[in-house]
Amino acid sequence: MTTPQLIRPAAIHPDHLLEPCWAEVTAITTEIKGVSTYWFKFADRVIQSTYTFLPGQFNMVYIPGFGEAAISISSDPIDHATLGHTIRFAGNVTHAVSRLKVGDVLGLRGPFGTSWPMKELEGKDIFIACGGIGLPPLRPAIYHIIRNREKYGKVTVLYGARVPDDLMYTDEYEAWRKAGIDIEVTVDRGDANWSGRVGVVPMWFYQFRMDPHKTAILTCGPEIMIRFVIYEALARRIPVDNIFVSLERNMKCGQGSCGHCQLGPYFICKDGPVFRFDALQPFFNVEEF
Amino acid sequence: MSNNQRPEIGSTISIQKSTFDTILIHLREAGYQTLGPRVKNDTLVYEHIETLDQLPQGYITEQDAGRFRLVHTGHNRYFDIIPGAQSWKQFLFPPRVDLFALQKKGKNWEMLTPPQDKLSYAFIGVRACEMAAIQIQDKAFLREDFNDPVYRARRQKVFILAVNCLHPAGTCFCASMETGPRVKEGFDISITELDDVFLLTIGSELARDILADIPFELASAFLLNNAERGIEHASQDMGRSLNTDDLPEMILNNLDNPYWQEIAKRCLSCTNCTQVCPTCFCWDTLDQMNLSGSETHRERVWDSCFNPGYSYQAGGNTRPTISSRYRQWLSHKMGTWKQQYGTFGCVGCGRCITWCPAEIDLTREISALRKETQK
Repeated sequence: MTTPQLIRPAAIHPDHLLEPCWAEVTAITTEIKGVSTYWFKFADRVIQSTYTFLPGQFNMVYIPGFGEAAISISSDPIDHATLGHTIRFAGNVTHAVSRLKVGDVLGLRGPFGTSWPMKELEGKDIFIACGGIGLPPLRPAIYHIIRNREKYGKVTVLYGARVPDDLMYTDEYEAWRKAGIDIEVTVDRGDANWSGRVGVVPMWFYQFRMDPHKTAILTCGPEIMIRFVIYEALARRIPVDNIFVSLERNMKCGQGSCGHCQLGPYFICKDGPVFRFDALQPFFNVEEF
Repeated sequence: MSNNQRPEIGSTISIQKSTFDTILIHLREAGYQTLGPRVKNDTLVYEHIETLDQLPQGYITEQDAGRFRLVHTGHNRYFDIIPGAQSWKQFLFPPRVDLFALQKKGKNWEMLTPPQDKLSYAFIGVRACEMAAIQIQDKAFLREDFNDPVYRARRQKVFILAVNCLHPAGTCFCASMETGPRVKEGFDISITELDDVFLLTIGSELARDILADIPFELASAFLLNNAERGIEHASQDMGRSLNTDDLPEMILNNLDNPYWQEIAKRCLSCTNCTQVCPTCFCWDTLDQMNLSGSETHRERVWDSCFNPGYSYQAGGNTRPTISSRYRQWLSHKMGTWKQQYGTFGCVGCGRCITWCPAEIDLTREISALRKETQK
């Protein structure tokens, strides 16, 4: 558990907690094959003007007739004009999202869950290790760091994708580097034009010097990647309370009621998705828990 | 000494059984739908009742792992049965409820919210374990940060006439879970049924109103003593028992024990235990759309951690095996529930034992797991 969200979410009906608030698709950015960023604006002006979120939080995205899916917010937290969700078309809801066009209307509820502890991380070196669709929930944190660059030490993003064509947000890397963030990428399989790293994220840890006394690890991605990132972090004596993990589970409510996202005593939707690793440690190696 | 004053809260009175129908009439006059246990299709269901003689007088239930039989012994008591598969959960947390309907208007959707529930229920014959289960569900549905509107609308209006159990069934273990057989709190009226009279303990102002004009006597020491002995005897007469001393730690420290696989060989993952459980609160949502795509309505339905799709997501299924699903269920009930809500998620009603087609008995499984850990 990191920073619990005590403020009432803006996009939620005060009495009917499961009713969506309507939003319009204002733009669609194709990121890679099968992943696009959808930009939304709430139909209700009060919600649109009061909606805020913290890096790492998510919304329940609702397509009438198909259902809801929990999708993390990938846009800049201080940009109130529009709200971005980078969505991989994977299940029935997200495939329905893939058929939306600019101007179409869909439902949103949120924001829900805990956030990356940006305040606590001030003064620290930050090492972000993420894979595949694990980068979007961290992009708001990257934007926050860029905006408050002087408050953080060395900041490194180690990002892995399956193939070079699956690397997301590539047109932003230059700006991130200029802002003082070291962005390093790796792919599972290269192609004819690839001259960069080949291999999974955890295996490149050895190339980075981390001061265990002042480095915090933020990680999100496939569970197997998270597991080995944590092994690597622990092997480098990074304390458990300086490792932060964002997890994913099936969710129906986003508010700790429906039961689906339980992990031991936690409801990932309200006690997570961002956890400090010491909270997860007892269950970390239990298969299928 | 019979009197027509209204009894005080906290007092225990005795009434003639023949006057009980008047209580039911008063409840209906006050706008309540009176619900109680009835015999139907050789089992017990909770349904609308008008009069006392619709209750299962003369019946007992024989219960064991995977076995439920309603037996007519001809005794003269109305509340001597131990309930069947149904619990009061179905009224407060309905198995199926409409959340909203949507109609497409151009690009937008028009939301039609169902009207606020107008129903007021009077539950007649809530067992101590069931009372505890309602209070456990209160903790899940009436949180500060998630106050479920459907549950709240029904729960706040419910009238609870609870019953102290005198004759537990073969799968009962409320004494081990410390939820019964005596109803401790949360009731409007609690009843102890003696051969000749009902003893009523008054729990609320509302109960005083409902009992207005019903002739009563303050309960004598003899009657109170009789009731006391009956409840004491019941607590010694449980069909099952469970040692909870080392819970939840014993379970949470043994999530990797191979014994979970042993249980999985018998468990069918049929979800029966979660459907009959009075505390299980998991739900799913369903969208039902018409063929043209112009209308949809969204429902909330009971779900179960034994459903393979329960933890399915695009990245894979978190709990693809039966052993992982049984472990989730038991380690939640008897383990992590305590961390979430401060109590066990089990009240010792025994339904999951009785209604398991594979005769899996959590009291035995926990003992067996404990033995495995001591090897």
